[in-house]
Amino acid sequence: MTDQPLVKMRDVWLEGRSDEVWNPIINGVDLTLKRGEVLGLIGESGAGKSTLGLAAMGYTRDGVRISKGSVEFDGIDLLTASAAVKRELLGKRIAYVAQSAAASFNPAHKLMDQHVEGPVQHGVMGRGESEADGIELYRKLRLPNPDEIGFRYPHQVSGGQLQRCMTAMAMSCRPDLIIFDEPTTALDVTTQIEVLASIRDIVEQFDTAAIYITHDLAVVAQMADTIKVLLKGDEVETADTRTMLAAPTQEYTKSLWAVRSFERPLKPAVQTGAVPVVSVQNVDASYGTVPVLHDVSFDMHEGRTVAVVGESGSGKSTTARCITGLLPPKAGQILVDGQVMPADYRKRNKDQLRQVQMIYQMADTALNPRMSIGQIIARPVQFYLGLTGAEKRKKVDDLLEQIELEPTQYYHRLPSELSGGQKQRIGIARALAAEPKFIICDEVTSALDQLVAEGILRLLARLQDELSLSYMFITHDLATVRAIADEVVVMKDGRVVEQGPKDDMFRPPHHAYTDLLLSSVPEMDPDWLTNLLNERGVDNIGDAAVDKM
Amino acid sequence: MGNVLKIILQRLALGLLTLLIVSIVIFVAVNLLPGDFAQSILGQGATPEAVASIRADLGLDQPPVTRYFQWLGGVLQGDLGTSFAQANFASFTGTDSGATTVAQQIAPRFANTMFLAMVTAAIAVPFSIMLGVLAALYRNTVFDRATNIFTLSSISSPEFFLAYILILFLAVLNPIFPSLSNIFEGMAFSERLEKSMLPALTLTLVVTAHMMRMTRAAIINLLASPYIEMARLKGLSPMRVIVKHALPNALAPIINVIALNLAYLITGVVVVEVVFVYPGIGQLFVDSVKIRDIPVVQACCLIFATAFILLNLTADIMSILSNPRLRHPK
Repeated sequence: MTDQPLVKMRDVWLEGRSDEVWNPIINGVDLTLKRGEVLGLIGESGAGKSTLGLAAMGYTRDGVRISKGSVEFDGIDLLTASAAVKRELLGKRIAYVAQSAAASFNPAHKLMDQHVEGPVQHGVMGRGESEADGIELYRKLRLPNPDEIGFRYPHQVSGGQLQRCMTAMAMSCRPDLIIFDEPTTALDVTTQIEVLASIRDIVEQFDTAAIYITHDLAVVAQMADTIKVLLKGDEVETADTRTMLAAPTQEYTKSLWAVRSFERPLKPAVQTGAVPVVSVQNVDASYGTVPVLHDVSFDMHEGRTVAVVGESGSGKSTTARCITGLLPPKAGQILVDGQVMPADYRKRNKDQLRQVQMIYQMADTALNPRMSIGQIIARPVQFYLGLTGAEKRKKVDDLLEQIELEPTQYYHRLPSELSGGQKQRIGIARALAAEPKFIICDEVTSALDQLVAEGILRLLARLQDELSLSYMFITHDLATVRAIADEVVVMKDGRVVEQGPKDDMFRPPHHAYTDLLLSSVPEMDPDWLTNLLNERGVDNIGDAAVDKM
Repeated sequence: MGNVLKIILQRLALGLLTLLIVSIVIFVAVNLLPGDFAQSILGQGATPEAVASIRADLGLDQPPVTRYFQWLGGVLQGDLGTSFAQANFASFTGTDSGATTVAQQIAPRFANTMFLAMVTAAIAVPFSIMLGVLAALYRNTVFDRATNIFTLSSISSPEFFLAYILILFLAVLNPIFPSLSNIFEGMAFSERLEKSMLPALTLTLVVTAHMMRMTRAAIINLLASPYIEMARLKGLSPMRVIVKHALPNALAPIINVIALNLAYLITGVVVVEVVFVYPGIGQLFVDSVKIRDIPVVQACCLIFATAFILLNLTADIMSILSNPRLRHPK
C-alpha cells in the first residue's frame, strides 16, 4: 500500500468560462505525488498553476470545470465522490494555504476560532485539545507570543505572522497533503525567509506531502523535491529539483533560468560639482500626525538610475509622493535642476509639473479603462506640449513606436485588450509624453512575470540611453536593482540607512540592514536556505534579525 | 473604543442639528397648509369676528417667527403645546378631560404604535434574515426564485389589499385572529398581542422583501472572497460557511436596511391602522391634519423625525460595532 501514490492526476483538462465560452486552462496534465513528497509547481501567471493545485483537491472555482481526466486522492476518485465525501476529506486530510493570508482569514473571527474550526467540525479533536495543539503549532512555527497570538483578530497580526498562522491552521488536522498557493509572494524578503523555513520544517516534521505553487524559481528550489514547469496550461517538463536546476532540458525552462542574467554596463562616476536633476534635501513627511520620513536626502543625476530599495512601509513610495508634490513635506525641500520646487503640486506651474513624471506599479488601475490607448497618451501630449490635430496624432504614434507597439494596431484599443506588460508600456508612453527629464518608476515590474519584466527593464534602459532620462526606481526586488541601477538608496523605517554606487552596495562591508536584505534574497542553489539558516542561527532569522537593529 | 464613542457623539450632535432643521421645515410646511383651525372648526357660518377671536385665543394672530420660537421653546422644555381641538372642546363644555396637552394626547397612541412596531419587528427581522440566508444558500434554485417572487409581490401590493387578504384567510374563512384591533389601555398583554397579530402580519409582508433581499445580496456578494473559499476548503458545510463566515461580514448593509424598515413601521403605517381600526399615532396624525390642529401635527412630525434619526444612528453604531477592526484596534 505504501507504494500507492497519494495523489494521482491523469490527463486532467480544465476549462474556464468567459463570455459563455469555455476556454482551456490546463491541457491534459499528469501529476503524481507520493506520501511525504513536496512537488514544486512553477510557471508564469496564467499558466494554470493555482487551478491545477485546487483541482488536486477536487475543487474548482466558480466558472471553472474539469472537462476530462481523473483525480484520485489515496485511491478515492475525487471527481465522482459526493460533496459530503469531499467535505470529509477537505480540511481533515487535504488542506490549503492561500496566497494572501490577510484576505483568507475571516476578518470577523479570532485566529484561534478559525484554527479549531476544522478539527472540531471534523470531529478530530475537541475544542480545548485543538486549542492547546494550535498553541503548540504556533510555537513550532516560531511565532512570537504563541500563547496569545491566536486570540487576536487577523487585522491585529502582521502579514508574515498571518501566513504562518495559516500554515498552522492547515496543519490542525494533521493532513496528508497541503497545497501551498504562492504563500510568500506577498511578503517582504526578510519575512519570506522565516515563513519558508517554518513551512519546510513543519512539512518535514509531520511527513506531509505538499504541492508548492510559486512563480519564483529560487523559492521553489528551497522547498521542493521535484519541480514541474507549466506553460499556458501545458506541462513543459518534470524532474527532481537538483537535476532541473543543473540541467533543464526544455528551451522554455532554460529561458526562465536565464532571466536574471540581464545587467546594464556600468556608467562612469558622476562628475563632482554636476547639478543633480532632482535633489531631495532633508525631507521629513508625515501622514496626519504619524511621521513617515525622517531627514531623507539623496541626489539623482542626468541619465542615471537611482534604485530606492526597502521593505513595505519603509517610506519609498512616500518619498516619491513628496517629490511629485502629492504629499507636501513637513520639512526640507525638493530641487529640480537646482531650482527649489513648490512643495504642493497645486502650486507648481505646468513646466515644473512636466519635468517630473511617474509610472505606477499597477498598470491595470493606473489606466482609465474607458479611454482608448490613443486617448490616454494624447492627453498629456495636449496638456503639456499643447499639440493638437495631426501633430498630436503624430506625437502619439511616435511614442507608441518608442515603446515598441505598432501604432495602427494599438491606437484604438482599450486597456482591457492589452496584456499586463503592454499596459505597463502604455504607462511608460504616458510618462514620456510630457517629455520629462525625470521619471519615478514605482515598483513597475513587481506585478509582472519575469520574462515580461525583463522586457520592460530593457525598454527603460534603452529609453534612458536615447533620451538621457533619470529614473528613480522604487523596488523591493534586489535582482531588479542589480539589473538596472547606477546608484542605490536603502531605506528602512523612513530613513536612508545607506546610499552609494551599486557596486559598493553589493560589496561588503554593508550596513547591517543592507546585509540582511541582500542575504535574504533567495538564490537558485537548493542548499541556500539551509546554509543561510545555519549561518544566522535559528533564533536570528527574519523578523527577529530586523528587531535587533 | 475611544474613537467609537467619538463617532457616536458626533452623530448625536449631527442628529440634533438635523432635528432643528426638520423643526423649521415642519413649522413652515404646516403653516403653508391652506386654511386654519379657526376656519375649519367654524365652517361655512364663520363670521370674521368669531374667526378673529378664536385666532387670538390660540395665538394664531402672532407673526410666524414669534410663534416658531414660542413653539420651539416649549418643545425644548418638554411642552409640546396644547391641542386646539381639545382646548376648544374643554372650553365649550366646561369639562376638563385631563388630556388637553399634546403630550398627553399623543402618549398612549405613540405607545400603541411602538407596540405594533415591536411585534412586527420581532416577527419580520428574524424571518427576513432567515429567508435571506436560505435564499443565499440555495441561490438560483426554485426555492430562491419562489422566495423572491413571494416577497416582491407582497411588497408590490397595496397595504390595504394585503390586509384584506389576511382578514379573509385568517379572520373570516379561518377565524384565528380578530379582524378588529381595537386595543385599549389596561388590556392584558396576551389579548393585546392577539389583537395586534393581523396588522403585524400585514406589516411583516410589507417590510420582509427589502430586508430579505439585502441579506441575500450582501451574503452572495461575499461568496467570492478568499476567506469564503478558505472556509469551503476546510470542508465546512455550506450552511456553516454562510452563517458563520459570510453573515458576520455582511451585517453592516443588512443593519441599515433593517433600520430603514423599522423607521417605516413607526412613521408609515396609517393605512394599516385605518384598516384594522388600530389606535396608533398614524390615525391621530391624519385626523389632526384634517382639522388643522397644528400643535398635534407638529408634534407628530417631530416624533417621526426623531424616530428616523435615532434608528439610523443606532444602525450606524451597530454597523461600526459589527466591524472587528473598529472594536479591536491594533
